[in-house]
Amino acid sequence: MNTGDAKTPKLGVREATKIYHTASGDLLALDRCTLHVAANEIVSVVGPSGCGKTTLLWSMSGLHGLSDGEILLDGKPVTGPHPDIGLVFQEANLLPWRNLDANINFPFEIKGEKPDRAWIAHLLDRVGLDGFGGKFPRELSGGMQQRAAIVRALSLKPSVLLMDEPFGALDSFTRDEMNRLVEEIWLDAPTTIVFITHSIEEAIFLSDRVIVLSPRPGRVAKEYPVPFPRPRSMEIMATREVFDLTNAIKMDIVGGRAGTKARRPAETAA
Amino acid sequence: MSSDAIPEFHKAKAGDGRDVSLTNLSAFSGGPGVKSGREVAAIVVVAVIVIGGLEFALRFFEVPQYIMPPPSLIAWALFDEFPLIAPHLGYTLVELLSGFAIGAVVGLILAAVVTQFPFAEKIVAPYILLLVTTPMLALVPLLILRFGFGYTPRIIAVALAAGPMVMINAATGFRRVDSAKIALARSYGASTLQIFWKIRAPMALPMILVGLMIGAIFGLLTAVGAEMVGGGFGLGNRLTTYSSMIQMPQFFAVVLILSILGILIYVLFFLIGKKWASWEA
Repeated sequence: MNTGDAKTPKLGVREATKIYHTASGDLLALDRCTLHVAANEIVSVVGPSGCGKTTLLWSMSGLHGLSDGEILLDGKPVTGPHPDIGLVFQEANLLPWRNLDANINFPFEIKGEKPDRAWIAHLLDRVGLDGFGGKFPRELSGGMQQRAAIVRALSLKPSVLLMDEPFGALDSFTRDEMNRLVEEIWLDAPTTIVFITHSIEEAIFLSDRVIVLSPRPGRVAKEYPVPFPRPRSMEIMATREVFDLTNAIKMDIVGGRAGTKARRPAETAA
Repeated sequence: MSSDAIPEFHKAKAGDGRDVSLTNLSAFSGGPGVKSGREVAAIVVVAVIVIGGLEFALRFFEVPQYIMPPPSLIAWALFDEFPLIAPHLGYTLVELLSGFAIGAVVGLILAAVVTQFPFAEKIVAPYILLLVTTPMLALVPLLILRFGFGYTPRIIAVALAAGPMVMINAATGFRRVDSAKIALARSYGASTLQIFWKIRAPMALPMILVGLMIGAIFGLLTAVGAEMVGGGFGLGNRLTTYSSMIQMPQFFAVVLILSILGILIYVLFFLIGKKWASWEA
């Protein structure tokens, strides 16, 4: 947790604690979770199911408030949705009644701003959706929908991009392709990316750093730097280093689970 | 891009009119769509056989006209009597359109407001149910007593019949909250009003259209029924008049007009749905 301490980190999570008040009692989802993300760094967060990954990301986006602790963007607390923070959701979350152009236009409609047509055209071209502007989401494959969602998020030029298991619903080939695409886009125009995933391979391929959360209540259990040079090829995934790293992370996650037999069944759900 | 081209193509091929149904309700599963020349020919042939067969059978078995006149006589009556029926059609349309407009607007506003406040919804739900299940025709004699034999009681009855139908369906639509889509809008700083117009309303649109269609058809039923109960005009009045005079070809001509009105209502909303709500396959 030393990364970014030298200067103000781009995005800081300080002692983030989140309690959900549910009908069956209070649920501690995040417990004094602290992490920092440097500018233009790609950080993945992995962890067992229900460890609070998504809660953490939504808190970072300002959509969910924290029970305690704070989120800092460039050293300033984030208290609500922030124009500098882009969000890519699980599944593409496109609006099915709008065609692709209108979907990408949606954030600008809400904000009452003029979209940067040249930038959007560049992004669409970059992700290979050039000429699909008139198509409706149902006419696009899952991969294409998610690319459109990435364009929508990047169209506002956020300095931080939060991605919440964006490729979880895609088949593994499309997922590899999307991972390469994210790296390409990042090499083109670096941004700070926080990437939630349950795929360790995906996390290693994409990230400068992988953060492992503990089982609920989520807190940072471990973090691993991923030192491979970019652009990365799929070949590195077959190297000894990646194999060892994957196993180490897997053991952290599985081991963490094995140590908490006493949890009630209700808590293991979700 | 290349690997995605195949599913894209496959899905585009499916757009042959079958996947554009307004909703997954069976009422819309097969509607008017583009038909090939062969299909048109088959439809015409079947229609000729059915209508011609009816004509032949009624004449062959010498069925008395007061039971069922042959189609040719009904068609002639429709043509011959239409100038006399037309003003009554106009009255009915005025009642239907104004009553439906009032009922639909009130129903839509109530649905939008009530679904924003789940507690309020619980309070009004029983009354809405009461309005939906009570045949508004039952109130027509009372309304006539109070408002006379003019347009007013019929317009009120139509509005009371159509409004709750619109409301109950629109409310179902507005209740379909997709929290991810609302979160999406909120992540861009959308206001409650923006979320309503840009997320909730479009999501509810297919159900709103279903409500409007059912409301319009119930409105038509109620308008005609109200005219049959009392008063001197409207298609309902024609029905009672012709049947009391045993002018069966004219009676069936009016029935035919009513069928056509009903079909037009259906087709109208089907086309609106195809244009604006086809995203919901």
